[in-house]
Amino acid sequence: MIAFWVLAPIMVVSAIAMVMARKAVHCALLLAVIMISLAVLYAVQNAPFLFAVQIVVYTGAVLMLFLFVLMLVGVDSSDSLVETLRGQRVTAVVLGLLFGLLVVVAISQATLGSVVGLADASEQAGGNVKGIAALLFSRYVFAFEVTSALLITAALGAMVLAHRERLTPKPTQRDMVTQRMHDYATSGIHPGALPGPGSFARHNSVDTPALLPDGTVSELSISRVMRARGTVRDVSRDRAGEREIETESRQIEEGNT
Amino acid sequence: MSTTPFLVLSAMLFGVGAVGVLVRRNAIVVFMCVELMLNAANLAFVTFSRQHGNFDGQIAAFFVMVVAAAEVVVGLAIIMTIFRTRRSASVDDASLLKY
Repeated sequence: MIAFWVLAPIMVVSAIAMVMARKAVHCALLLAVIMISLAVLYAVQNAPFLFAVQIVVYTGAVLMLFLFVLMLVGVDSSDSLVETLRGQRVTAVVLGLLFGLLVVVAISQATLGSVVGLADASEQAGGNVKGIAALLFSRYVFAFEVTSALLITAALGAMVLAHRERLTPKPTQRDMVTQRMHDYATSGIHPGALPGPGSFARHNSVDTPALLPDGTVSELSISRVMRARGTVRDVSRDRAGEREIETESRQIEEGNT
Repeated sequence: MSTTPFLVLSAMLFGVGAVGVLVRRNAIVVFMCVELMLNAANLAFVTFSRQHGNFDGQIAAFFVMVVAAAEVVVGLAIIMTIFRTRRSASVDDASLLKY
């Protein structure tokens, strides 16, 4: 019961925060908190199999799927604050509170009788997992088999929905070579690979431009995006530093000899 | 260990999830709130399983989990398709069938 009284406030607070959170990623993380707490409550209530399944299927698979889709859709796709129906938000919250109150009062008024507990059933079946398996493959075997049809349908549906028809043929290597040579002939664009970033003693990251033989910066060695963001490194200081190192090492060499 | 607190918690989570479905506009967040409601129902199933002393409730929770997993796959694929064509994941924007 201690686990329940520790986890229940956390779960309710995270659920309310999840409904209020502006960013979808925060919602997903709060949902993860709720689901892991639920798994612990399953473990407390003699359901070790569901405890494992909850963590593996819900927190492991379903929430990761949510995060993947959030990543594809764009993390900052937050809610619009415009109400399409006037007063909908307030009405929804009031109705939700009333509904919650109704169910809570109904449950607390109901007489449930004494709790039987799962200790006897587990002992009879030889463990929680064995008990669930015995039921699943006897009384619920038809539902279990229908589940397989459901899963196949879901997999097929996801494939069909995620499929995108290719409208233009995929360019082959030959097409790309022809295009490059055509560009070279018409506008003089170099057909070879682009130069890599500059390599200095201290920096060789992608924001460091390479130097041409005459000491000027090669514009092609930097991504267009970095230049637009203005995060290209200023190499003049690096070059000065290299020169210093060179002079120092020369002095040391001269001192040695 | 009485079962009433667990059921009250389950009802509260279900209510919060229902409010979330009604209030939020982002389709993915609406979907997460639906998941929260399913989880609340699962908690009630597991609690009643302990109340009655047999495994039928846990089997029901297990089936809910399987169906929820399949539902998430298809639902998120639909949201992806809508996002690809309309560049928006808001439930208000998908209103083409209205006209």
